Amino acid sequence: MAKITLAELRHAYEPNPGSEADWALKSLDVIWDDGGAYALLGPSGCGKTTLLNIVSGLLRPTQGRVLFDDRDVTDLPPDQRHIAQVFQFPVIYDTMTVHDNLAFPLRNRGVDEARVKARVREIADMLELTDMLGRRARGLTADGKQKISLGRGLVREDVNIVMFDEPLTVIDPHLKWQLRSKLKELHHRVGLTMVYVTHDQTEALTFADKVMVMNEGQTVQIGTPVDLFECPQHTFVGHFIGSPGMNVLPCALDGGRAVVDGHAVPIANPMEAAEGRLEVGVRPEFIAFADPASSEGVPVEVIKVSDAGRYRVVDTRLNGHVIKVLAGEDVAIPADGARLAFDPAKTRLYADGWLVGQGGAA
Amino acid sequence: MSLDLKGVSKQVGGEIHIYPTDLTLEPGAFNILLGTTGAGKTTLMQIMAGLERPTTGEVWFGGLDVTEMAVQKRTVSMVHQQFINYPNMSVFENIASPLRVARLPKAEIVARVERMAELLKLTPLLGRRPSELSGGQQQRCAMARALVKDASLVLLDEPLANLDFKLREELRDELPRLFADRDCVVVYATTEPVEALLLGGNTATLHQGRVVQFGSTGEVYRQPRTLTSAQVFSEPPMNTAPITKQGRTIRLGESAEWTVPPPLQGLADGAYVFGIRPHHVTLAPSGAYPVAIDGMVLVTELSGSESVIHVRHQDETWVSQSHGVHAVRVGTVARLHMDVARGLYFDPAGDRIAA
Repeated sequence: MAKITLAELRHAYEPNPGSEADWALKSLDVIWDDGGAYALLGPSGCGKTTLLNIVSGLLRPTQGRVLFDDRDVTDLPPDQRHIAQVFQFPVIYDTMTVHDNLAFPLRNRGVDEARVKARVREIADMLELTDMLGRRARGLTADGKQKISLGRGLVREDVNIVMFDEPLTVIDPHLKWQLRSKLKELHHRVGLTMVYVTHDQTEALTFADKVMVMNEGQTVQIGTPVDLFECPQHTFVGHFIGSPGMNVLPCALDGGRAVVDGHAVPIANPMEAAEGRLEVGVRPEFIAFADPASSEGVPVEVIKVSDAGRYRVVDTRLNGHVIKVLAGEDVAIPADGARLAFDPAKTRLYADGWLVGQGGAA
Repeated sequence: MSLDLKGVSKQVGGEIHIYPTDLTLEPGAFNILLGTTGAGKTTLMQIMAGLERPTTGEVWFGGLDVTEMAVQKRTVSMVHQQFINYPNMSVFENIASPLRVARLPKAEIVARVERMAELLKLTPLLGRRPSELSGGQQQRCAMARALVKDASLVLLDEPLANLDFKLREELRDELPRLFADRDCVVVYATTEPVEALLLGGNTATLHQGRVVQFGSTGEVYRQPRTLTSAQVFSEPPMNTAPITKQGRTIRLGESAEWTVPPPLQGLADGAYVFGIRPHHVTLAPSGAYPVAIDGMVLVTELSGSESVIHVRHQDETWVSQSHGVHAVRVGTVARLHMDVARGLYFDPAGDRIAA
């Protein structure tokens, strides 16, 4: 296990990067603590795979250093970095038994056979593979095979880091749920430093203690699931995390208050003035229907109600803007004359996409 | 113009893939096939499309028996989970290809391709080859090609499964709008309960080759007829536990009991099954009749807006889904509150006892 430090990393696939757009990774400074569970979350092309390849040693960064504890490994080839990786598709030997598949990374390192046996048993128990140890891998289902891949990733105790690259993509939703919980539990039990790469917010947020949200080669925010949800540092995070994402509405400032389409909206980070493109961000969870009898709130038209079972997603319109609201099972949705009340503690001002000031955070 | 399956079944070798099925699907709303992988969704769609012949039964479309009609003669378009594009054609030509085959006027082809590209966010990519696109973009291109022609039967087999989470959310929002003004029967297969709910329309729950229930999506979700249907339509999985009814009391395990609710009052004493969805089992009491159970915490999952907690209570695993963030420690005992008024009751055979 190790603490992983990425210091001033920059990477370009072009030999002579000119403009900012040529950089697949634009200046990255990150520390992953020993034994932590992290997720790299972002859309396709955000740089997460590039980053993963730099950590594993498949790519040498154009600039910057990679440290495992205090050791600089930037120039070390992958096989000397002691890393375990689990990929999107199962990587196992079909002709070997489940036991031998799990034992392979250990035997490969010359671990003595008694220890191999004990460790394989331990990992098989955790993944509920014990009954299958004697079977050949060939006949197993896709999720059975992927479980073995996970097991192979976790079996070595001497690795610096375990990296998962979208490991649950091929798994059925019903089993995903179980494997996701299982991975979290395994992290607690084996205590290795783990990094999980995904575009799926649910996987990232459930697995990780800290999530690093990336967009266009940059880290936009590193935080706990709660931070990312409650206080997005950038409208991109607000949009990308949460389903549906945060509402982002153009606004102006007037006497320290935000004004959206002529309606004053209370915000958590009031400003007398701010530079750039100004927007108000508020999550659908933090908007309620105001008392129809009062004149409080922003008047809107309800245009669509989608039933998601435990809540409903209500699309409302304020002139040209759609504002999404989450309404619980028992909340009455006004047919007309609807007015929206934004939670003042959770409604924030953004300038050019970035949160203004401290965002009103405590 | 409806699609009717009349006693349709499918056997391959000695194995039954689809049990005899009667189903009538109408235009105007999505018809969703919901079930896990292997439940029979794809087989059923292949039969609907005419790509596979049913072993027994008939397929009728628009009042005509089309069971024997070749797929080429039907106006069907199908989108698969794994998309296919023509590698040597531009995105524009890929999308336009079915319209060229149908010999549409040039101006109309351009207009329709552009509209479809706009909707699927492919406009800036129209000049590129499929190999120059990301996976998600290739999938959208294939989807545009399937949707650009006016088929009277559109079969979408997990079309969003391989897309990025956010894109999936966006397209899920757009898709029903795409078909709103078309007179076609749309069938959509998914493994995800939330996707079925958000798409609305009608849903058929499928399990091991059988259609368990068919009706309006909200009704199938809230009024499942069987335990199987309820389980197919619940994510996270519904909590279930054996209960006993004795006089006016329901007992769950050793510690939890509550008063028999109206639908069960006329029933004989004895063993039944109680089912309750995870979001009705919460850390804070809610609802009219909260009943507490204690469980050892196995896993805590935080997703920003919610906490999902798995506990073990008397040999059963319970899943609870609460609003907000509750960092409950693994290995400790958590008290969960079931809103039993929202629970579902089933007889030992798995049929729901409805109010």
